[in-house]
Order: sequence, then C-alpha cells, then structure tokens
Amino acid sequence: MSGAQVTRRARWRGNWGLIIAAVVLGAIALMAVAAPLLAPFDPYEQILDDRMLPPAFVDAERASPDHLLGTDNLGRDYLSRLIYGARISLLIGFFTMVVSGVIGTVLGVAAGFFGGRTDMVVSFLVTTRLSLPVVMVALAVVAVLGGSLQVVVLVLGLLLWDRFAVVMRSATMQVRSRDYVTAARAIGCSVPRILWGEVLPNVVSGLVVIASYEMAQAILLEAALSFLGLGVQPPLPSWGLMVSEAKEFMLFEPWMIMLPGAAICVLVLAINLLGDGIRDLTAPEGRR
Amino acid sequence: MSEIALELRRLTVDIPTDAGMLHAVRGVSLTARRGETLCVVGESGCGKSLTTLAVMGLLPEGAKRGAERMELAGENLLKASPSRLRALRGDRMAMIFQDPMTCLNPSLTIGDQMTETFLHHGKGRRRAALDRAVALLERVGIAGAAGRIGQYPHQLSGGLRQRVVIAMALMCEPDVLLADEPTTALDATVQLGILQLLAALQREMHMALVLVTHDLGIVARIADRVAVMYAGEVVEEGAVRAVFDTPRHPYTRGLMQCIPQPGITAPGTRLGTIPGLVPYLVGEVAGCAFRGRCPHAMPACALPVPVREDAAHAWRCLL
Amino acid sequence: MLGFALRRAALAVAVGLAVSAIAFLLLRVSGDLAATLAGEEASAAEIERIRGLYGLDRPVIVQYGEWLLRSLRGDLGRSLFYPESVAKLILDRLPNTATLATLGLAVALLLSIPLGVVAALFRNTWIDRLALALAVLGQAMPSFWFALLLIFFFGITLGWLPVSGTEGLANFVLPALALGWFSTPVLMRLTRAGMVEVLAADYIRTAHAKGLPVRTVLVKHALRNAVAPVVALASVQFGNMLSGSVVIETVFALQGIGYLAWESISRRDFPVVQGILLVVALFYVVLTLVADLLNAWLDPRIRSG
Repeated sequence: MSGAQVTRRARWRGNWGLIIAAVVLGAIALMAVAAPLLAPFDPYEQILDDRMLPPAFVDAERASPDHLLGTDNLGRDYLSRLIYGARISLLIGFFTMVVSGVIGTVLGVAAGFFGGRTDMVVSFLVTTRLSLPVVMVALAVVAVLGGSLQVVVLVLGLLLWDRFAVVMRSATMQVRSRDYVTAARAIGCSVPRILWGEVLPNVVSGLVVIASYEMAQAILLEAALSFLGLGVQPPLPSWGLMVSEAKEFMLFEPWMIMLPGAAICVLVLAINLLGDGIRDLTAPEGRR
Repeated sequence: MSEIALELRRLTVDIPTDAGMLHAVRGVSLTARRGETLCVVGESGCGKSLTTLAVMGLLPEGAKRGAERMELAGENLLKASPSRLRALRGDRMAMIFQDPMTCLNPSLTIGDQMTETFLHHGKGRRRAALDRAVALLERVGIAGAAGRIGQYPHQLSGGLRQRVVIAMALMCEPDVLLADEPTTALDATVQLGILQLLAALQREMHMALVLVTHDLGIVARIADRVAVMYAGEVVEEGAVRAVFDTPRHPYTRGLMQCIPQPGITAPGTRLGTIPGLVPYLVGEVAGCAFRGRCPHAMPACALPVPVREDAAHAWRCLL
Repeated sequence: MLGFALRRAALAVAVGLAVSAIAFLLLRVSGDLAATLAGEEASAAEIERIRGLYGLDRPVIVQYGEWLLRSLRGDLGRSLFYPESVAKLILDRLPNTATLATLGLAVALLLSIPLGVVAALFRNTWIDRLALALAVLGQAMPSFWFALLLIFFFGITLGWLPVSGTEGLANFVLPALALGWFSTPVLMRLTRAGMVEVLAADYIRTAHAKGLPVRTVLVKHALRNAVAPVVALASVQFGNMLSGSVVIETVFALQGIGYLAWESISRRDFPVVQGILLVVALFYVVLTLVADLLNAWLDPRIRSG
C-alpha cells in the first residue's frame, strides 16, 4: 500500500463529520423529492378545529395521534409543512448557488487570467458588492418585484457571488503561472480552451467548498427574508416563514418556533460540514 | 584542561510517529568546554539539531528526552524545573537558529527584542539594556548601531539580521552558545564573516560554542573539537586535527572524501560519494547504523559496537 | 504608505459613486415617483405637472447628478410616511444602531479572541473541538431564530431582560448578544488560524529560547502578530453588523436604522430606504478604507515600505 493511499484512508476514517453530513443531507434531499409520498397531510389543508395541537413529546394529553409534530395556528399539519419546506430551502439554496457561482466564477477567472485592467474592474465590482448591505438590498428588491421563488433566487444570486470571484481569482492566478499553462499557450491553444481545459479542472475543488458555503448562506438568507415577510410569500411552507407565523404564539407554544428553526439549523449544518469535509479531503495537507 | 560548560551523557530523543517510535537521537554524549568551539557535523536528519534543542529544552511537542547526565556549568538540567529552565535559557545558555529571516519577530523593534532578554533576566534597567544592546550591535559589526535599535527586522538584510540574532543571544553573556547552522540560509559571501565573528566572540567572552553544521569546510576553519553524527549517534569525536588527519570511522572517511582539497583535487575529478541511504530509525536499531552503506561491513557489525579511543579521539567502530 | 493610501482612497471614491448610483436607481425602479407623489386619485395631467415640478422629466443622469449633490449636502429628501426629512429620521435612529453594533462587536471580540487563542493553544484536543463545534453551530443558526431563542430564554422564561423597545441599555443586551454571536465564528476561526500559524513561527521559538515567561511569549510575541488580521476583519464585521441589524432590530423592535429600513420597505417608503442604503453603504466604504489603512499601519512591513 502506498503512502498516499494510507493518508487518504486515514482522512476518510477521521472524517466522521463528512459522512454524517452526507447522510443527513441525502436524507433531507430525499425528503424534499419524495414530499408528496412522505407527507401525511396536504401542507396547505387547514383544519380549523385542530389548531395548534402540540406534538406528543411536548404535551401528550393535547397531542393528536394523526399529527406527529402537531399543527400550526391554522390547523395545518406541521410535519407535512416541514417536509415541503425542505423543497423551498433546497431549491433556493441550490439555484442561488448556481447563479452566484456562474457570475462569481466568470468574473474571478477573468480577473485572474487576464489581470491588469480586467482585474481592476472585477476588484471594483467586488468592493462595490461588499459595500451593499445584503439583507437591506434583498428586502427592497423583493418589495419592488414581489416575493416569488424566482425573484428571491435572482436577488440572492446577484448578491452572493463575491466569495466565488475572490477565490477563483487567486486560484486562477496561481494556476496561470504554472508551466503547463505556459506550455499550452506556447503551442497556440486558444484562451477559452486553456481556461476550460487547464484552468477550470485545477480550481474545481476550491469551487465545491465555496459552493457549499454559499448554498448555506442562501438558505439562511431566504429564511431571514421570509421571516421578515419579504421573501417567499404565504401560504408556501418556507421554514423562515413558519418561524415568523409562530412567533406570536412563542409564549405558549414555543415548540412552534423550535421545529422549523431547528430544521434550518440541521440543513445548514449538514451543508457546512460537507463543505469542510470536502476541503479537508482535497487540501494538500488535509488541515483545516 | 579548561572548565566544562556543557556535558551530555547518553542523550536520547524519541519522536512518536504514525509508523512507530522514531529514535532520532540515540545515546549522544558530548562535552563542551569554556573557550572552546565544538562542531557537530552530520547530514540532515542525523539528530544534530534535535540534540541542541534537547539541551535548551525546546524539543517539538510530543518528543521525549532521556539522558544519563545533562549538566550546564555544573548544574543538573535533568532535575531543573520548567521555571528554572526558563531562568537558564537566554541567560546561561543561548541559541542561534538557522534562518535569521524568520527568527526575529516582525512587529517588534530590534531594540525591543534585544533588551527583553536582558530585562527579563534582571540584568539591569532599561537604560543599561539599551546601552548593552548598542554596544553588542557595534561589536557584531553593525554600523550605526544606535539607529538600528528602533528599526524593524524587515528593514535589515539577511546578513545583518543574523548579526542581530547573534548579538541578541549574547545579551546576558551565556556560558554556552548553541548555534544551529547559523549561516546556511545566508549568501556564501556573508557566511565567512559571520563564522569568523562567532569564533572571535567565543574567545572574547570565554564561552563554549556548540556549532551545528553539515559543512566540513566550516568545521576545518573554526572548530577546536568536532563530533561526527550519523543516524542519531556520535560515530567519531575528538580534536579537529585528529579527526581530519586520521579519520577512523568509515563514515567520517567517506565525508572527508566528499570535500574538494585545494592543490589535491584537480578540476573535473569526481568527488567521493557515500553510496546508499540514511537508515530508517523507526523501531529498534541494533548494531552499527552505518553497516548498510559501509564498505567494510561484517557480520559482527550487527551487534552492539564498542567505543574505541586513542589519545586524540574516540570512535564507534570495530575497525 | 502614501501611495498605498491614495490608491485605496481612489477605489473608495469609485465604489462610493457606484453605490450611490445603485441607491438612486432603486428608487427609480420602485415605481413612478411622480404618481406616488401626486397621490392615488391624481389625474394624468396632475401627475405630469408634478413630474415637471420636481424635474422628473429630465434625463436620468442629470437627475442623478442633482440628487448626488443634494445628498452630499445632507439633503436626502422627504419621507412619504413621516412628516420629516429622511436625513432627520436617519440621524435620530443612527445612535441606537451605532450603540447596538458597537456592543455587538464587543461581544464578538470578547468571545472570539479568547476562544480562538485557547483553541490554538490546545489544538487537536477536546477544547479545540468544542470551540470549533460552537463555531460551526453558530454559523448554522438563522440569526432571527437565535434572537427568538434569546428572547424566549432570557426574556420570557427567566424574565431577566426586556425583549423589545429602546428605552435603556438593558434593551440592548439581548440584541447585542444576538448580533455579536454571528460574527464570533469567523473571527474565532481567524484568531485560531493566526495563532496556530504564529505559534509555529521561528520567532516564537526564539522567544522561548530567551527564557521569557510563557505569558510574555503568548501575549507580546504571538497574539500581537495573530490579531492583526482579526482587527482588520473586525472593522469589516462592524459594517456587516450595521446591515445585519435589519433582522435583529426588527426582532427586538429596537428603534435603529435597520428597523427603520424594514418598516420603510414594508410601507414602500422608498426615499427613506434609499437614504439608509446610501448611508450604510458609504459607512461601509469608509470603514473598509480605515481598516485597510489601520492594518497597513499595524504591519511595519507595509508602514515603512
């Protein structure tokens, strides 16, 4: 067995975080995809007689055996809403990450590869973007354009690309000076071909780590926007919106804010740990 | 025979690794006297740097030290408490490290870094400390020393920085100065000046200088005594002339053939090389560690090897 | 140093202009300003009259130039909801947000620097892992949810602290905790990483070789070098806190500019939104400029280079 194999195995073995994160994330994704099959109730169906029934582990006497995690203030099944809520978080998280990833990567790679004036323009764009308060701008734009999923994805995508750009820029600059890129240039490869064939494959592992981080960021921001009433609109079961709807009953039914909040927390935690795990796995020294 | 400043008997340093215990230093005995320069030579990884770090009590985390005896000017270092050891470090024994570019704190002035040793060991007040720092900077050959006191390390060249590091180590006039390859990181043109300075300071301050190096040219120039290390052991030790003129250990002889000699080595001739690789020191090592590369190896070399002596030096070989 | 400062200042001015243009355009795209000003029952002719009166029929670039000049003189327009100027509204609320952000930063630094240092000193032990787990968990919690948990435990269950309003310093405790908590993980990781790197540096070994007490080595030689990037990031975090205050101030009904922004956005009072956006963004620009210069000054290699 070679030394490289030993260390790779040791890394996997020591990386329980990565394995747990992958399992949790897989389970949530499966839940989101199979929501119609898994959810015991229609998440929008209001049974007004069964309002605010607590889960059995909170109050066994008032709990209903039908509603495993209770019902909300309009008598909608909480478990079903939580299951459908995973769809919203994952959809927004994923597509925001794609939009911001494309913008950031294009800008970062261009800045790193061409340098000079291009680099100056990109660093100006990054600084400008960083100066804009994300939550405020997102709230304002959603207020103007309306709170649909597409608008939230677009706004967040346009606001969260900065880290992609910064990291891709430095990664590209490092790769650019390597001998094999110089060689590719010397034999007359076209610029797009060098970027696609030589640069991109060498920066892709860094990309995955940021992508996971930005996806987590997007999910947290969507929850915050929805919580503030200017994100995903009712009656969609966004987890952030669920916390918002439950907060006036917090005094008497605190479990109503605990459950959706904890759901966000678990999802974001899993995504972050996955990113950290991948970074440890691919980093040259395996350090964090 | 002058006063013994540093004495080591059967020093061992073990470093735990994933593959098992690495016996990096295996029973090293050394004696350094006041007014004498002892050079420790060997290839990288032979344990020479770890030996000096073990004396200072600055071994890397996890490394285990063992010894029969370890005395600094008659004081038993093995029994010294951590706080006593800190009191001795920088005061009675000082160390100069390899790379002057990274050994100085980038955010503190030269003066601050020099005086703190003096002040901490209670040698005097700030005024006295500054005066001593300026005097020492002048002594190590830094022009405009008074002006340098307020400068930061990055404002100095590598050679100047190493002079600062040397001056810093001498602030408290130590009994023993340990120098770990002090010139390796410097330009060849600067190296000689630094070495001559070290030798001169050693004589002036009547201290023991322990100089770790892999460069036999340096040894020939400034050593009084020399210890040759191989694979964690001292294989030959003695007066510099005896070791150079009549090397007894096959490894030492091999090393001697690697140096070009003025007037003897003609241009274009091949220098000697020692075939093979340094042995792997993880796990138990029995017998002579050099036998795998030794042209004279015989079955008995796998057994514990006695130390043999003559009037001028000692060596660890059956031959 | 001077050349560096001038380059950074030029970038700051350019970014400031870009940010102001974005704030200006936000109000333009939010709807027909003339129609809003004229009121809901206004006729088309009336709207046109108002358009002419306010100069809204001229080229956008001219309007932007005028608006920028007015803004620089401190005239940010009038609120559509309050009978006050935008500048006055912002100035009234700014001290509350500044207090909140300052306290939040203090909380973040008081948590993150000791935690980061301890984690670095005991790296790869359970202490390090615990600190890291805290950081990972902290990064995963939605801020509004953490704020609600604070309200629930300290405000409602224990009844120690007020949960909403702006009456006294006690009102700031929970919001500051909530706000500071979210800057803690990143600052802690940075302190830890800086400390780990510095502790392995040769000059730390030199300091030990001088026989200095451990405390002197850690504080004078290590921490000083390790926290320089933390200081730089902390000032950026301060800017993030100003914008993060939207969520926290709203949860705690704290009368700062974040709460004002949320109220104004909800009421479509866009002149106020525009003003706040401009002020917060420009503040951030100035802050990063100061941070860069401060960082350069802390590092003697840049200072004299």
